[in-house]
Amino acid sequence: MGHKTFARGIHPSYYKELTAAKRVEGSTLPKTVTIPLQQHAGAPCEPLVKKGDLVQEGQKIGDVKAFVSAPVHASISGKVKDVELAQHPNGTRVLSVVIEGDGAVKDWEAGSSRPDLGSLTPEAIREAIREAGIVGMGGAGFPTSVKLAPPKGKTIDAVILNGCECEPYLTADHRIMAEDPEKVVWGLKALMRASGARMGFVGIEENKPEAIRAIKEKLDNSTDIQIIVLEAKYPQGAEKMLIHAALGRKVPPGKLPLDVGVLVNNVGTAAAVYEALVYKKPLIDRIVTISGNGVKEPRNLKVRVGTSFEEVLGQCGGISGEGEIEVLNGGPMMGIAQSTLNVPVVKGTSGITVISSGSFKSKPYDPCIKCARCVEACPMALMPYKLGDYGRAHRLPEFKDWQGVSCIECGCCSYVCPAKRPLLQWIRIGKLKVRQEAVKAAAK
Amino acid sequence: MLGNLLIISAVSMGGLGAALAGFLAFADKKLKVDEDPRIEALTGILPNTNCGGCGYPGCRMLAEALLKGEAPPNSCVAGGSDVAKSLAAYLGVDAKEHKRILAVVLCKGGHAEAGRRATYRGDMTCTAANLTGGDKSCTYGCLGYGECVDACKYDAMAMNDNGLPVVFHDKCIGCGACARACPRNIIEMHPEDHKLFVYCRSRDKGAHAKKVCSVSCIACGLCVKDCSVPGGVVVKDNLAVVNYAVAPQNDESTKRCPTRCILSGIEPQVTKAGFHASKKS
Repeated sequence: MGHKTFARGIHPSYYKELTAAKRVEGSTLPKTVTIPLQQHAGAPCEPLVKKGDLVQEGQKIGDVKAFVSAPVHASISGKVKDVELAQHPNGTRVLSVVIEGDGAVKDWEAGSSRPDLGSLTPEAIREAIREAGIVGMGGAGFPTSVKLAPPKGKTIDAVILNGCECEPYLTADHRIMAEDPEKVVWGLKALMRASGARMGFVGIEENKPEAIRAIKEKLDNSTDIQIIVLEAKYPQGAEKMLIHAALGRKVPPGKLPLDVGVLVNNVGTAAAVYEALVYKKPLIDRIVTISGNGVKEPRNLKVRVGTSFEEVLGQCGGISGEGEIEVLNGGPMMGIAQSTLNVPVVKGTSGITVISSGSFKSKPYDPCIKCARCVEACPMALMPYKLGDYGRAHRLPEFKDWQGVSCIECGCCSYVCPAKRPLLQWIRIGKLKVRQEAVKAAAK
Repeated sequence: MLGNLLIISAVSMGGLGAALAGFLAFADKKLKVDEDPRIEALTGILPNTNCGGCGYPGCRMLAEALLKGEAPPNSCVAGGSDVAKSLAAYLGVDAKEHKRILAVVLCKGGHAEAGRRATYRGDMTCTAANLTGGDKSCTYGCLGYGECVDACKYDAMAMNDNGLPVVFHDKCIGCGACARACPRNIIEMHPEDHKLFVYCRSRDKGAHAKKVCSVSCIACGLCVKDCSVPGGVVVKDNLAVVNYAVAPQNDESTKRCPTRCILSGIEPQVTKAGFHASKKS
C-alpha cells in the first residue's frame, strides 16, 4: 500500500544524501552578530537596547506590544555596536542590532529540570513560548504563541508536527528528529497541552527511515500521538497539503488550518519549545543545513541567529568552484536568492543552499504553449499559466478572480514549465500588488 | 402557390419589422436618459488621453467631478494652462494658476556610481528584481530595468547609457504613470518651478550609503546649514529632504554637498531630440 499524500505535486531530485547522515555540529562562536528586529510575520520589534549597552546571551533586545509578533534575543553576550538598518535575507533592509561578542558562553542546560507538563497551565506555556521568541522554524516565521491562541468559538483538536522536509537539499529537520526525538516529542506534548488538542501527529516522509525509527522509539506508551508516514513528494510539507494527507481535512481558500481545528508546527519549533520550557532558553540558535554543489563540505550546523552567511559558509570549507554561484536562504524550491553574503542567519533559515555556476542555466523564456503541465503540478489546483500573465500585467481583478492569493509559492509551476517561464515570480508580483492595493485601501 | 408564400412572408416580416421599429421609436422618446450636455462639452475641452494623472480613471470621470465641484479646474495635468483656463471659463469659476507637473528621477547612481553586487537572472522588470531585494548594491537606488520607461505612454522617457531613466521635458505631460510603476518610489511628480532636488533615496547611514554609491546622500547636514531659510532642507531618516513650502529654489544649499547629490536647476533640461542626438554622437 502506498503512503498517504496529496493530489498533484512534483518529484524533484532531493540531493539529501549530501548531509542526511551527518550529525549536527556546533559552529564556532561568531565575533559579531547582526540580529534583525523582524524575524517573524507581523509587527516589527522596537529595540530595547542602544549603542554601547552590554548585553547577556539570551537577553531580550527587541519587543513590541502587537499581538502578532515575537521578541528577539541576543544570541551572544557582548556590547551593542550599533542599531541600524541592515540587509535581511528576505531582500529588504531591516532595523538590526549589531553585537560585538566578548567570547562568553552560557551553559543553558546546567541545573535545568524538566517540569511536569500537567502542572503547567496552557496560558503559562503560551506565555513562555512568546517570551522565548519562538516562531515557525520551517521558514515562514509565524509567531507560535499566536497560533496557540485560537479566537473565540474555534477549537484545536489536533496538532501535527511537520517533519516532512520536502525541500531538496535540506536535512535540518531530519537530523533533529534522528538526534533529539526526546525534545521533539516532549515539545509536541507541550504544544498539545497549550492548545488543548487531544490528538498529536508527526508527519514524516518515507525517505527518512532513521527519523521515523527514532521518533517511534520515544512514543512507546503514548496512545494519543501517532506517526504518519507520507510519500516523498514536493510540497508535502506545505501545511495545507500535510493536513489533507494526514487527516483528510481540506482547508478552504483564504482560511487557516485553525478553521479545520488543526495546528501545524515544524519539528524544529517543537524542539525549541522544549528548550524554552526546560532550559529557559530563548530562540537564539537553530540547525542550518549548508549544502549544494557549490560548497566544499556540506554540513548540518547549529548556528547562532545573526551569524553572517559568509561566516557560516567559511566553516563549511568555503565556496567551491569558480565563476558565479547562487546562494539561497532555504532550499532551491522556495529559497530566496541572495545578492550578498553579508546577511544574517535568522530564525527561519533552515538551510543555505549554494549552487555552482555549472548547474544553473539562464536562457530567455519561450511563449506559453498551454500544455497545462503547471496546472497538473499545482498542489493548490490553480491555473499558474493564467495567474502568471495576470500578475505580470498587474491585472488584479482577474488575478483575484482566479484565486491568485491562494498560491502557496511552492514553485512547482516554474519547475515543470517546459518553456522555462518564471511563473512563480510573476505570481509573486501579483500577490505583492494585491497586498499593496489592500494597504492603500486601508489607508483611505 | 408560390406567389401566396411570397406575399405571406413579405407581409409577416414587414409587419414584424414595422412593429419593432415602432417600439424602438417609442422607447427612444420615452426611455431616454437625459445626460447633462455639459459633461460632453467638458470632455471635449479635456485632452481625452485618459492618462489618469488627475487621479480619476479617465477624462470623462474628471468632467463629471468638475461639474460636481469635486475637482478644481486646474486638475488636468496633461492639458496645461490653456485647458485649465477653458475649463474655468466654461464652469464660470476663477481660473486657478496652473503649474505644469513633471516627473523627476531622484537617483543619480547609475552603473558608474553604484555597482551591482550580483547577477540577476529572473524576469527583467524592476518589480520582479525588487522581490528579492535586487542586484544593485544600493537597496534604494534605481534598478535600471526600465519599468518606468515601459509605463510611459507618451514617449517621454528613455534609459541612458549609465542605466538611469531620463525624462524628456518637452514630452512629459505629468500623468505620473512612471512614478506609480517604480517599485522603489524613486520618481516623484513636481511642479515646474521646483528646482532644488535631493537626488537620492537612501535611508542608510552615511558610511554604508557612501560605500555602495558615490553620489548618495550621507546625511552630513551641510545643505541644512547652508539653506538661508531655516527648515528649508531637513535631514530625516538619514536623508536630506527639501521642504518645498519654504525652501528657496536656488543653489545656495547645494554648494558644499560632498557627494553632489543635492542639485539645483538641472531640471528641466533634456529634450527628446537632444537626448537622441547625444546618443548618436
